[in-house]
Amino acid sequence: MSARDRNGLSRWTIAALAAPAIAFIGLFYAWPVVALVHRAVTAEAFRTVVHDVSLRRILWFTAWQAAISTAATVVVGLVPAWLLARYEFVGRRFLTALITVPFVLPTVVVGAAFLALLPQSLDQSVVAILVAHVFFNVAVVVRGVGGLWSLLPPDLVGAARTLGASPWRAMREVTLPLLAPAIEASASVVFLFSFTSFGVVRILGGPSHPTLEVEIWERATRLGDVGVAAIVSIIQLVVLGLAVLWFARIQSRHRAAIGLRPLANRRRARGWAERGTVAALSIAVVVAVGTPLAALFERSVRTNAGHSLVAWRAVFGRRQLATGRPTAVSSLDPLGSLFTSLRFALIATVLSVIIGGCASLAIVAMSRTGGRSRLGRALDTGIMLPLGTSAVTIGFGVLVGFSVAPLDWRAAPLLIPLGHALVATPFVVRVLLPTLRSIDPHLRDAASALGASPLRAWREVDMRVMVAPLLTGAGFAAAISLGEFGATTFLTRQGRATLPIAIEQLLARPGAVLHAEGYVLATVLALLTFLVIGAFEGVRSLGDRSG
Amino acid sequence: MADSAVPSGHAPAILSARGICIAFGPRTVLDDVSLDVAEGEIVALLGPSGSGKSTLLRIITGLLRADRGTVELDGRSIDDLPTHRRNIGLVFQDEQLFPHRTVAQNIEFGLRMQRRPRTDRTRRVAELLAVVGLPGFEDRRVTDLSGGEAKRIALARTLAPAPRIVLLDEPLTGLDRELHDQLTVELARLLRETHTTAVLVTHDRDEAAAIADRVVRMEGR
Amino acid sequence: MKRVIAAALAASLLTTACGSDKPSSASTNPTGTTGTSGSSGSTAVPDADAGTTLTIVAYDSFAVDPKTFESFTASTGIKVEVVTAGDAGAMLSKAALTAGNPEGDVMWGVDNTLLARALDSKVFQPYASPELSNLAPDATALVPGHEATPVDEGDVCINFDIAWFAAHQLDVPTTLDQLTDPKYKDLLVVENPATSSTGLAFLLATVAKFGQDGWQQYWKDLRANGVKVVDGWDQAYDEQFSGSSGKGPRPLVVSYGSSPPFEVIYADPKPAAAPTGVMGASCFHQVEFAGVLRGTDHPAAAGKLIDFLVSKEFQDTMPLTLYVYPVRDDASVPAEFTEYAVRPTGLPTVSPADIEAHAKDWINAWTDITVR
Repeated sequence: MSARDRNGLSRWTIAALAAPAIAFIGLFYAWPVVALVHRAVTAEAFRTVVHDVSLRRILWFTAWQAAISTAATVVVGLVPAWLLARYEFVGRRFLTALITVPFVLPTVVVGAAFLALLPQSLDQSVVAILVAHVFFNVAVVVRGVGGLWSLLPPDLVGAARTLGASPWRAMREVTLPLLAPAIEASASVVFLFSFTSFGVVRILGGPSHPTLEVEIWERATRLGDVGVAAIVSIIQLVVLGLAVLWFARIQSRHRAAIGLRPLANRRRARGWAERGTVAALSIAVVVAVGTPLAALFERSVRTNAGHSLVAWRAVFGRRQLATGRPTAVSSLDPLGSLFTSLRFALIATVLSVIIGGCASLAIVAMSRTGGRSRLGRALDTGIMLPLGTSAVTIGFGVLVGFSVAPLDWRAAPLLIPLGHALVATPFVVRVLLPTLRSIDPHLRDAASALGASPLRAWREVDMRVMVAPLLTGAGFAAAISLGEFGATTFLTRQGRATLPIAIEQLLARPGAVLHAEGYVLATVLALLTFLVIGAFEGVRSLGDRSG
Repeated sequence: MADSAVPSGHAPAILSARGICIAFGPRTVLDDVSLDVAEGEIVALLGPSGSGKSTLLRIITGLLRADRGTVELDGRSIDDLPTHRRNIGLVFQDEQLFPHRTVAQNIEFGLRMQRRPRTDRTRRVAELLAVVGLPGFEDRRVTDLSGGEAKRIALARTLAPAPRIVLLDEPLTGLDRELHDQLTVELARLLRETHTTAVLVTHDRDEAAAIADRVVRMEGR
Repeated sequence: MKRVIAAALAASLLTTACGSDKPSSASTNPTGTTGTSGSSGSTAVPDADAGTTLTIVAYDSFAVDPKTFESFTASTGIKVEVVTAGDAGAMLSKAALTAGNPEGDVMWGVDNTLLARALDSKVFQPYASPELSNLAPDATALVPGHEATPVDEGDVCINFDIAWFAAHQLDVPTTLDQLTDPKYKDLLVVENPATSSTGLAFLLATVAKFGQDGWQQYWKDLRANGVKVVDGWDQAYDEQFSGSSGKGPRPLVVSYGSSPPFEVIYADPKPAAAPTGVMGASCFHQVEFAGVLRGTDHPAAAGKLIDFLVSKEFQDTMPLTLYVYPVRDDASVPAEFTEYAVRPTGLPTVSPADIEAHAKDWINAWTDITVR
């Protein structure tokens, strides 16, 4: 094979594109995990795991609830994805941003709001877990599938319809197969999230429905059995690694280039039936997402006697309370946590967009040349693995892996945004890959034939198509960093807390005003997420118009 | 405004669109347009881009709903009939071949919707590939076709389920001159040989003259 | 090019990470300041520690104002930094993993349920503070080897919603036994001892009260009487308890003896009295310890810091920052504490060694009884 494949990217270019991701994952993920396993795993821990029957039961429960959660999330998510991808209407961008909010809110917070809205009979049931997983993860499907859907020419369905296919048949025969790469990519992420679910399971599932992630946490921090926890964590990793590999395999099978163009294919609804459908669906989404958020706000103005804005004033104005006491616990700085979170989000977003963007190009380039598609899949899987690794393992691994000079960075503040980037990068990749895979290689050939250099051709064609999903990815990355809780709690840290940590700390103390302050921060976090996603959507739609 | 054209010296119209009006927001695209097409007739709609020719085709297929007016097929109103029950074929300007399917799978799509048996479909696909001059193309990927090949496959796909009438939306646009002229001749021959009733939308006067029995002019608004 | 930017950025991040790391290898140049802290006593090694920065490793809710350490720095020249390392359990597991090569110099927040594990995994090195004689004797008695020093005390107790019981004209239960009375059916919410330290403390209270043989039957009766188990304190107190601002359905919750004062302190408008009360007979006593981490480069300075942590000045801040009682009698507590908090005495307890030896089995047995 020649040094240049048909993409026109040389072997060295591909290697250089993959390098940042490999270095980043290797240093901040693989090394800590290996170091932890090396330090903590003993023969006795192995025996414990092998003989523990309850672990098998927990693994089974974790797997099936994740599978059902994923299926349900995909089915539910396709409806708003269709709405947002196909129709232009007043408030479309508002809806897009709104639907993303639950995904990044800490489960501590929305879990509570959710609990209040759930019928008592469903409290602590599997159904509650499933419903919550759909609620939290539906954004992954809406954004992931919606991105590709909005690029699919609507006339493909038109063609199927004129050939005698009913709307449902056209959906099944044309739309869904063409969306398959994006559906599978989203499904793999949702599966990872549902499988490693921690907060939702603890709050809504109650003590009788532990997942592996809860079990790992319990063993490592409650029982002091870090070795057993590490082994269970590796088991979880292996299961999820196989799942991700499988997803990656079926994804790379869909390499149909659809000839996507960065066009806005949305149109306004015509006729009262269509307009009614669009309106009804929009309202349903607003109600489904908005109700828990409204409950959040209500809790932020709830005091020991009725409702007032005292907590809002306490967070933003820092005046004394009626009892003559300071407005929050002395070292907790609610407003400071906001700026800490914003700073971390900026670093994490820049990092994950660069690393994820380069890695996606490398993966697609590798998959287009038969011999290297395996390498591409391996890179893809490697990037996904941090999502499937328990936060405890990453936190403890960092501690062990970085405890000896020259790598003694245990309490380095930058570890937190780095950890966030580790979680955000897979999202950037997942959003980018389906679009990149669907680019018609002919487009590039055409560009080359017209005299463009390979790099130029690549820039002209790939870069233009990449801008929109890259912006979506960046919005997601920022939102993920803002809401990240798990890894952050397990990293040793210095100085100010992030928003989710501050929220958790405020809710972990008695006192009506402190609780309300926690919900003030939660409301602020929801608003912030909404604005960040909205802003990226705004920039993106500007691009649409000029493109 | 379009000429209200009625076929002369032919059998009664099988397709009849009357008083079609449609507006997108403040822009009126079709204002009281009517069109009749008789059995076996090939009509060309000629007009500049933006004159609403394609929009009219979409209304006839039911992909788009008119604000006012009615479409009749064989004397019966089909306004309330969904697209897939109208039995009207449409060849899209940019083909819209299904990229995830082979050439054969594209062509047999309509036959599968009619639940025709497999052997039947295979025969019909081969037959149509022969008609459009691409025999043996069954297992090609549609993404590997040249521009002219894709146009022919798109035509074959539309003809396969034998629709009552075939609409062609600028089917020869975007080809180089030589290929364009060659396909113009072929298309004319092919539609006649298969006794297809057709409406052809084009902005090319010569193309319209070469293919159609009758040319209807639409003015841009 | 993107790639170049990526590489440059990664490189700069690495440098920043290295640069911001403050290794405990001290600047050992003596500055001539004398350790003048009255509490440093016999362990004072003047000069050498000035300019040192000590790191306290603490649990997440260690909400001590950094300013609190200013007087310590002024008198000893030692700067203090706080890093948080998760909840107490996570913090101890981390310390055990790095025993001998610690993340900091002093660790704060191992309680008596975790003490034996901390001692077994040798995370501390012994230090006998000259202040020991001023501290609560029952607390210091738990660490005869001086591996750690008690720093605060508190109780996990059932709290009740005063208004709820008044409205339902029901007597507030006063003994654990009454909780199995059908009169109090479906009123109590507790935390899962497998996932919550509060839940574990309450389980230990029942073990202490009913003995190794009796506690299981007690929990079977509690279950029959509709006890609700949730995963953590937040869910129990904020969501299920009717006496908090969450206005949940249940008027009895496992929380702390010091919770009621905070329903007054962090209330606005100011209520006439605390809305919740404490059921004294349900309590389990908790003592938290701090210790010098084995492997620190500054054992002497770390000792001085321990002395400061148990000094009256620092102990005075305990109630309002950590919601606990000072470990010395001469420290002051706010009026709300004296008025509304409960400090039962003479209740049975379980020794740290027994907890470490049996907690796993007790939790398993409890899980079988209560949630399966």
